[in-house]
Amino acid sequence: MTGLLPLADTQFAESIWIMIAKSIVIFAVIFAILPILTVVERKLIGRFQHRYGPNRVGPFGLLQPLADVGKLISKESFRPQNAISTLFILGPLLPVLSGVLALAIIPWGDVKNGVGFYGIDVPIGILYFFAVGSIAFYGLLLGGWSSGSKYSLLGAMRSAAQLISYEVSMGLALLGVIMMSGSLSLVDIVRAQDGVWYIAPQIVGFLIFMLAGFAETNRTPFDMPEADAELVQGFMTEYGGMRFGSFLLVEYMEILVVSGIAAAMFLGGWMGPGPGWLDPIWMLLKMLALVFVFIWVRATLPRLRYDQLMTLGWKVLLPLATLNVLVTAILVVVT
Amino acid sequence: MSEQTFYRQAGSYLDSVDVVEVQRGPEPGGVGGAYRAFGETLRGLKTTMSRLIEGPLTIEYPEEKTPVYPRFRGRHKLHRFEDTGLEKCVGCSLCAAACPADCIRVVAAENIPGERVSSGERYAAVYEINLSRCIFCGYCEIACPFDAITMGHDYEMADYDRTNLIFTKEMLLAEPIERTPLKSEDE
Repeated sequence: MTGLLPLADTQFAESIWIMIAKSIVIFAVIFAILPILTVVERKLIGRFQHRYGPNRVGPFGLLQPLADVGKLISKESFRPQNAISTLFILGPLLPVLSGVLALAIIPWGDVKNGVGFYGIDVPIGILYFFAVGSIAFYGLLLGGWSSGSKYSLLGAMRSAAQLISYEVSMGLALLGVIMMSGSLSLVDIVRAQDGVWYIAPQIVGFLIFMLAGFAETNRTPFDMPEADAELVQGFMTEYGGMRFGSFLLVEYMEILVVSGIAAAMFLGGWMGPGPGWLDPIWMLLKMLALVFVFIWVRATLPRLRYDQLMTLGWKVLLPLATLNVLVTAILVVVT
Repeated sequence: MSEQTFYRQAGSYLDSVDVVEVQRGPEPGGVGGAYRAFGETLRGLKTTMSRLIEGPLTIEYPEEKTPVYPRFRGRHKLHRFEDTGLEKCVGCSLCAAACPADCIRVVAAENIPGERVSSGERYAAVYEINLSRCIFCGYCEIACPFDAITMGHDYEMADYDRTNLIFTKEMLLAEPIERTPLKSEDE
């Protein structure tokens, strides 16, 4: 097995250079989409409010992210005097790491000619997503706590409360899909959706997952840790320059990851009409459709109050998700 | 008046005057609360989506200008007779007298036969309007006995230098370089 990496239980192993090529391609595609996503979100939010959104920099305002990044890079990476320096620097790095790691398991297509169209097909699949996704919250917590600012601390505490309220419901929402497909691997789950997408039998699970996904990515109506109105961006208050920029970047990366997981788990992943080479494009289209929902919801709903958020998490979503799991379990055993 | 007739009358009043009733969601908790959480959310999503479909209402100002009404009081214009080309202003200074902001300065001079400037006995040798003082009230237009000065439609007069805002007779007689769009009949 020299030169081969049997990292995953996928019945085959890929050579190292294929792995490297795959990771570079996935990286390039995602990091090309991310800046476009930021400007598309601003343009869409504008149109939801009868405005145009940014349209001055470059054609249709598409060079806006370039101008934004240029501005952020040229700014001083400021650090407050009473901040804990190592943790303060680590704050924005952990979410980036977690976002990039989570990208690896999004399936873009089936195995063709011995090459899987995904970063890696880990046998623990969706658990990997949870494990890696939770690291991002450490970034917010550490960043907020080490800033030495009351707003940042409040934002960090809120994100901690939000995490424990939603991670459970999110996991339970996906449990129904896992029981129906009988596998944790995302590739196997997509393969199992050849006939019917899991959104039809698991509509409740899908809704709960998306709701929890809004909370996971700190998006409205659950953008409590940021809360630009009352907490002046919460954990990000003391960050400036590209450290602030990477927090923003990560937000969009997490949206893409959550959309990707939801597309693979509920919307049939790469399944779609047309020849095999269209598979990654179908996957991307489904992801972008879910991203549109993220933006649509942001344009519509106001931020929930703190107690409303906890009530929704513990009193509504958790019982609903548990009920969903129970019913699915009974149906899976009976049929 | 019984309560019932009061509400009936109030209802017919509401019907007659085209009042939009305030829509309120149900109280929190129970079945109504569930509807409040999901039904009302869907209603909100529908509202924002219809905004998206309607498209932007923005007027992109420097490229697109807001059309003005015909009676809009913008920058002043001085006029000439179309047939003879003589200035209508005879230098009577009534506009300067009417001006509440005291921004018009007129110095009159006698017309010399052979090189007439205006149709009257005298003409305005100097006619200046200090637009940094002008309040665009239009009293000068009303005061003028010969319709020599009218309010135009231009509203883009910002400048970096105050001295550039003192408009001379030549500037006021000339056609504005960029014309401001007028509103059409139905707007």
